Amino acid sequence: MVALVRLDACASLGLVAARRVGYGWLDWLHSVGLFRRTASMGPSVRLDRCMGGLGFDWVHGSGFVSGSVSCHAFLPLHRVGMCHSDQIEIGLISSGRVYFVLIIGKLIKFARIFAHKSTLFFLMSKDIRLRRGLDIKLTGESVPSIAAAPKSSVYAITPDDFHGETPKLLIGEGAEVKAGTPIFYPKRDARIKVVSPVSGEVVEIQRGARRKIMEIRILADRHRIDYEALRVPVISNSSAEALKAFLCRSGLWPYIRQRPYAIVANPDDEPRDIYISSFDSHPLAPDYTFSLRDKRAEIAKAVAVLKRLTPGQVHISLRASDTDSPLGGMDGIAYHRVYGPHPAGNVGVQIHHTRPINPGEKIWTIRAPDLVVIGHAFVKGVFSPERVVALAGAQVKHPKYYRTLAGAQISSITAGNVKAGGKRLISGNPLTGTQVREEGFLRWYHDQITAIPEGNAYRFMGWLLPDGKRFSLSRAGFFSWLTPNKRYALGTNTNGEHRALVVTGLYEKVFPFDVYPMELLKATLTKDIDRMEKLGIYEIAPEDYALPEFVCPSKTECQSIIREGLDLMIEEVG
Amino acid sequence: MKPLRKIFDALQSKVRENPKLHKYQPVVNAFDTIFFTPNQTTKNGVHIRDGVDLKRVMSTVVIALIPALLFGMYNVGYQHFTQLPGTHGFWEMFRFGARRVLPLVIVSYTVGLTVEFTFAVLRGHEVNEGYLVTGMLIPLIVPVDLPLWMLAVSVVFAVIIGKEVFGGTGMNVLNPALVARGFLFFAYPTFMSGDIWVAGATATDAISGESLLGKLGLGHAVTGSAMRMFVGLIPGSVGETSVIAISIGAVILIYTGVGSWRIMLSALIGASLMGLTFNAIGSDALMSFPWWKHLLLGGFMFGAVFMATDPVSAAQTTRGKWIYGFLIGLMSILIRVFNPAYPEGVMLAILFMNVMAPLIDHIVIASNIKKRQLRYRSAIANS
Repeated sequence: MVALVRLDACASLGLVAARRVGYGWLDWLHSVGLFRRTASMGPSVRLDRCMGGLGFDWVHGSGFVSGSVSCHAFLPLHRVGMCHSDQIEIGLISSGRVYFVLIIGKLIKFARIFAHKSTLFFLMSKDIRLRRGLDIKLTGESVPSIAAAPKSSVYAITPDDFHGETPKLLIGEGAEVKAGTPIFYPKRDARIKVVSPVSGEVVEIQRGARRKIMEIRILADRHRIDYEALRVPVISNSSAEALKAFLCRSGLWPYIRQRPYAIVANPDDEPRDIYISSFDSHPLAPDYTFSLRDKRAEIAKAVAVLKRLTPGQVHISLRASDTDSPLGGMDGIAYHRVYGPHPAGNVGVQIHHTRPINPGEKIWTIRAPDLVVIGHAFVKGVFSPERVVALAGAQVKHPKYYRTLAGAQISSITAGNVKAGGKRLISGNPLTGTQVREEGFLRWYHDQITAIPEGNAYRFMGWLLPDGKRFSLSRAGFFSWLTPNKRYALGTNTNGEHRALVVTGLYEKVFPFDVYPMELLKATLTKDIDRMEKLGIYEIAPEDYALPEFVCPSKTECQSIIREGLDLMIEEVG
Repeated sequence: MKPLRKIFDALQSKVRENPKLHKYQPVVNAFDTIFFTPNQTTKNGVHIRDGVDLKRVMSTVVIALIPALLFGMYNVGYQHFTQLPGTHGFWEMFRFGARRVLPLVIVSYTVGLTVEFTFAVLRGHEVNEGYLVTGMLIPLIVPVDLPLWMLAVSVVFAVIIGKEVFGGTGMNVLNPALVARGFLFFAYPTFMSGDIWVAGATATDAISGESLLGKLGLGHAVTGSAMRMFVGLIPGSVGETSVIAISIGAVILIYTGVGSWRIMLSALIGASLMGLTFNAIGSDALMSFPWWKHLLLGGFMFGAVFMATDPVSAAQTTRGKWIYGFLIGLMSILIRVFNPAYPEGVMLAILFMNVMAPLIDHIVIASNIKKRQLRYRSAIANS
């Protein structure tokens, strides 16, 4: 159907707005009697002639014509002399009702502007409110105080941190390296480099089964750090390609990770959007508002770089209660405020609740502390993976923050500040972190070290007797629901053996996605790729399954199942 | 508890070191973990775990069943003695009932667990706790005079055909306890209907052992006040009669979060609606039987609280649970009214809905899938 409205005041009804309104709108106007169809005629009519014939003073007035087949939809009359379309319908709208139409048109116009040009005002008001989730409150939260960790004598890079990548070494044992010297590149892309965090000598390349590289250890220079000089491009007049090339060769690229699959991004992709979570909601996680508070300049620089890498938006999510985030208050950013319990800080949840991922789309994500490393390289011209690490947990004497570098030995941070006795040391948080020994190393993406009691003790009738010491989502003999603010010194005991999946409806309570967690897990277990895709595997990262894994009474290892499923998807779908 | 721990440690190391005994590891583990929560620690993934495990979940259901079990014992004595001359005290009735009910419980557990252990050893997996609940449910839903050998046969059938052939706990389609009852009902129909609901009824002519539902089905007037039905002093299966005792169990299940309140509530709603509909039609005595009395009679409450909520055989999605429970309620009353030959519709309703549950879930999930695919498609169209 083609329609024409003659409307004196319609000039201010923007062209864009009118186009958006579409035919349905005119039909609606017609049906409510605001718009009266007066005539219709055949194809390819000179509008000026037919209008004149109907007595319109169309040259002075203004209006719209829409074409059903061609692209003439709602062009103002004075712009088209000829309308190529199957049929033309001409109608009138009474001038007394013009204002009504005008207001609707204005509203639609504003809505479109808000939706497409993300003004700060509009997006700041876009809240993410989560009801489902769980804050596991553990004892030993870091107090806001930063100490400089004694310099670690040995640093290490663990290739396993870059999931799915096969390292190709660029140096051998005995090589002298500077901070920023490439150590290896992933097999799939020689442009991406993983570089040394410090200057020194490569003392050991530790290999595991089938000569897999487990760790590359670097004996650090004792007194100073020599840096590779970086030729930093000027952000404002560099192309996205130039910036990507710089990020790759400087060793900064691995900080940019992609969804789906939660792996290091591919520099050839053009991401739909880039998402950054300004906070970490995991148990005992560092408070970035405190630990990154003097890094605003670096963060702003890094965000300026990221803005040039995507045709879409850079999205930053802020904790609703946080008014002073170092990631806040930047221009041209889509900000979201997140309310609710963990996993509110998981970037996957934030993507899901703003613009979920579709097949074929790529979203890039960067962790807030990694922005500082990127920004630092642009400000100072050197690669320095500085970390403000939260040392936390029930087995820590004085939980606080330490300033150190990625890859530092754990003992350089924990020395003298952890309690004696059985303990589990974790690089990262207790839900997604990696078990390490004291002589182990801080992993690449981590800025938390957690020490919790090792739970390798038998408990008499532990499954039957009421238990006030343990935390549980269930109320079957546990009392943690009565004291929501009580902090627990949870250990590593599994509190039961692995069993078949029996209980239903529990995962859903801690899984704030519009995805059926149990069904997706089962589809993943059976490697049913088609169903995994249908159930939303692209929107999920292993970390999102940490809470279902925690609450699972059957003690299922959900995260590793999902990880394997994602690896399968990479292999089969790419 | 150290000496006990030492015994188990010794037993564990013996089984571990002797290759011939390896296959009995699940048996030793099963007993060990009854006494001690194992010293297992987390390896990959999360380093801390919720305190709850399947043992605790299952034992919560067993605890929730205890009021119904105890009341059942008393009621068995009560039904028996009130039809005999003379006065009999509370404890006499309870002792009589206990002597009749406990053998059922013992046989159910012994036979069932033997089958479970055998399968665990043959298949080399751990003994799952599912039977803890099934083993308690079965004695509560059979007539008290059921010969023990029949009970044993039905338990074997339920565990093997109802559960193990599907792959064991967590994989079964039907509720195993109802499979046992269904087996009894269809294999030994003469023992499962008529004058069997009161202890000693078949042996003594003095006792009439008809259940109220049976009377209803045959068109006889239902005697007894609603209060009696609510308290549960009526003939019926061992544990199904008392709405009070079952409600205590329901409160425990809902409070602990172990049983789905959605299924219980929607089953009640479904049954009430069906009852109200029949009341409105009211073309015969069965149809005009007051809808709220339907809820008090027979196994409806027991089924809705303890059977329909079995998470393995019920619908698994939240929306699915509402539909599932609602249809169970609806069909229970429907079967009761339209099938007077077998007035106890709850069992058949739940078994039928067990079979339908995957379909309900499929439909619920399909709507989620469809929503996602629409988004996928519009994303492709926009790009």
